[in-house]
Amino acid sequence: MSDTLVEIKNLTFNREERCIYNGISLNIPKGKVTAIMGPSGIGKTTLLRLIGGQLKPASGDILFAGQNIPELSRSALYEIRKRISMLFQSGALFTDMSVFDNVAFPIREHTKLPENIIEKMVMMKLEVVGLRGARHLKPSELSGGMARRAALARAIALDPELILYDEPFAGQDPISMGVIVRLIKDLNDALGLTSVVVSHDVHEVMSIADYIYIVAEQKIIGQGTPDEIRAQQSPLVRQFIKGEHDGPVPFHFPAKDFKDDLLGGKL
Amino acid sequence: MIKRFGQLGHTTLELLAGLGRALIILLSAITHMPNIRKGYPLFVKQVYSVGVLSLIIIIVSGLFIGMVLALQGHGVLIDYGAEASLGPMVALSLLRELGPVVTALLFAGRAGSALTAEIGLMKATEQLSSMEMMAVDPLRRVIAPRFWAGLFCMPLLAAIFSMVGIFGSHLVGVVWLGVDQGTFWSVMQGDVDFADIVNGTIKAVSFAFVVTWIAVFKGYDCVPTSEGISRATTSSVVQASLVVLGLDFILTAIMFT
Amino acid sequence: MSKKIEIWVGFFVALGIAAFVSLALNVANSGIQGGDNSYQLYAKFDNIGGLKVRSPIKVGGVVVGRISDIRLDAEDYLPIVTLDIYEEYNQFSEATSLSILTAGLLGEQYIGLEPGFVDEELGIGILQPNDYVEDTKSAIVLEELIGQFLFSQSED
Ligand SMILES: Nc1ncnc2c1ncn2[C@@H]1O[C@H](COP(=O)(O)OP(=O)(O)O)[C@@H](O)[C@H]1O
Ligand SMILES: [Mg+2]
Repeated sequence: MSDTLVEIKNLTFNREERCIYNGISLNIPKGKVTAIMGPSGIGKTTLLRLIGGQLKPASGDILFAGQNIPELSRSALYEIRKRISMLFQSGALFTDMSVFDNVAFPIREHTKLPENIIEKMVMMKLEVVGLRGARHLKPSELSGGMARRAALARAIALDPELILYDEPFAGQDPISMGVIVRLIKDLNDALGLTSVVVSHDVHEVMSIADYIYIVAEQKIIGQGTPDEIRAQQSPLVRQFIKGEHDGPVPFHFPAKDFKDDLLGGKL
Repeated sequence: MIKRFGQLGHTTLELLAGLGRALIILLSAITHMPNIRKGYPLFVKQVYSVGVLSLIIIIVSGLFIGMVLALQGHGVLIDYGAEASLGPMVALSLLRELGPVVTALLFAGRAGSALTAEIGLMKATEQLSSMEMMAVDPLRRVIAPRFWAGLFCMPLLAAIFSMVGIFGSHLVGVVWLGVDQGTFWSVMQGDVDFADIVNGTIKAVSFAFVVTWIAVFKGYDCVPTSEGISRATTSSVVQASLVVLGLDFILTAIMFT
Repeated sequence: MSKKIEIWVGFFVALGIAAFVSLALNVANSGIQGGDNSYQLYAKFDNIGGLKVRSPIKVGGVVVGRISDIRLDAEDYLPIVTLDIYEEYNQFSEATSLSILTAGLLGEQYIGLEPGFVDEELGIGILQPNDYVEDTKSAIVLEELIGQFLFSQSED
């Protein structure tokens, strides 16, 4: 399939004894915004790290443009990563550099361009996220929304093919949330990027995603376009979309029987 | 009983695994010696924060330790009419032991703890992870310049410490207590060999190696939470200090017996 | 990177190197003083006590040179000391005598040089480089002195 950029096949991943994913498969089409939704702690960040090659699955394939990430050598993986960007939940700006130097960082590391061209490139990226005026500020002087936009400018500095957004809306006020939603959509359409948005903010995701996967209980419990998802009858999906506090998706972290814990005395 | 063995085995394995991780970090720090074009500014910046910012504490401590040595030494030596030996006593103590050891202990407290905390915080705020995702190896970009800067700065600091210490002992011994200036320097020169300076420098380089290694490893390997960073910082200083003292004994036994 | 940081780092490195150099030159004797401007004399002693290479040679408390070498004569197994005397003190008589003295009770040992008179009529000339000084007094070894003292006491 030439219009699939990332293909995950039969992926299983464990953290210590706990199973996070049990044989999931999903496709991320080229040039589209794919959303991965699911409750907190279900392993969404983990999935992005698996795609980026920072974690190794117990079994299964993660194909990026035909190359199987878990089997790549270190140098091949680093080559692939130049084509992928990840926007971390915290932004992860380098605190000892100004906004300008943060955005210039990947360019300086990976190219030998002269400083005046780097400056132009950085200005363009900062203009896109509306932070050209804030280029001299340190990350500690930015608000949460500005920091995330600065991190976004850094993520697109080298025009990647794939951007992974980890919870881009979490902890944002409604205005900056709207700004980021629009940015993701515009970047995707204007630059022809492929975007993966991981989130649990149902409303925002529904508004920009082309295709949605809903993850729970180590599996994919539902998928489809936003309209298909809304129409789904599966109780699991309905619970998630409507935000009911308990239902088929358990509110509790997996544990032994409550009575055993209380009476058994031993942990 | 079986459980005890299990625990012992578990602890041993964990220790070995930690040592293995530490060795990997050391190896990649060594092999990623900063290169001229990209590495030089990073290295200079680290020399500033590791070396220049440690200068004040090293100079002040060196001065006072030299002055105290002169005061104490003079009190003992004058009973035997041997205050002419004040110079070599102070110089040898400083060059062979106090210079490298005290500098290493101060360096672990001042620069080592800062390195651990800084790297730990970069890990906790996902700066290291995001660097990795940008296809930039944090071992090369973050760890290596800090390691080399530490290795470079500490021997210089130790030399500065010894020099300032001898100056301080001159102040107390000659200027204040009236030991003859010519005797002070000529007897010192007679008894101190160039080999003492070389041995002291070998010690300083060895201590710089272990202190910086422990500092960057503890930061890189810490649990990425506030508690994890505070633990890593403490254990970086404590372990570095203990290792320096133990290593000093071994090196002294090899060099001076 | 700011200029300020570069200047500080340059200052720091210069200070460190200066510390090394001054330690090497002023604290350890790396043989730089009097290297060229001295001539050698030799002297044979019965016992040199705690004399060491680099110990000073003094005339009336003034340092006129340093000991550069100590070895044993291959035939009679007596120590031969090489004295480096500074160039400007080149008029010592052949009647010069050397004694090994101690500064203080337990202090540094040095060679005291007692210049004799030059007397052409008696055939006493000036010491030439590489001459042997004949008149030497050995070190007083404290333990021997105490032993002699106790011995003479018990004889009374
Ligand atoms: N470094 C880690 N070590 C052990 N367990 C972890 C680690 N990081 C995350 N986990 C566990 O993995 C699960 C998935 O985490 P994560 O991918 O961050 O979830 P999400 O992003 O969906 O909120 C969580 O339940 C968490 O407890
Ligand atoms: Mg997450």
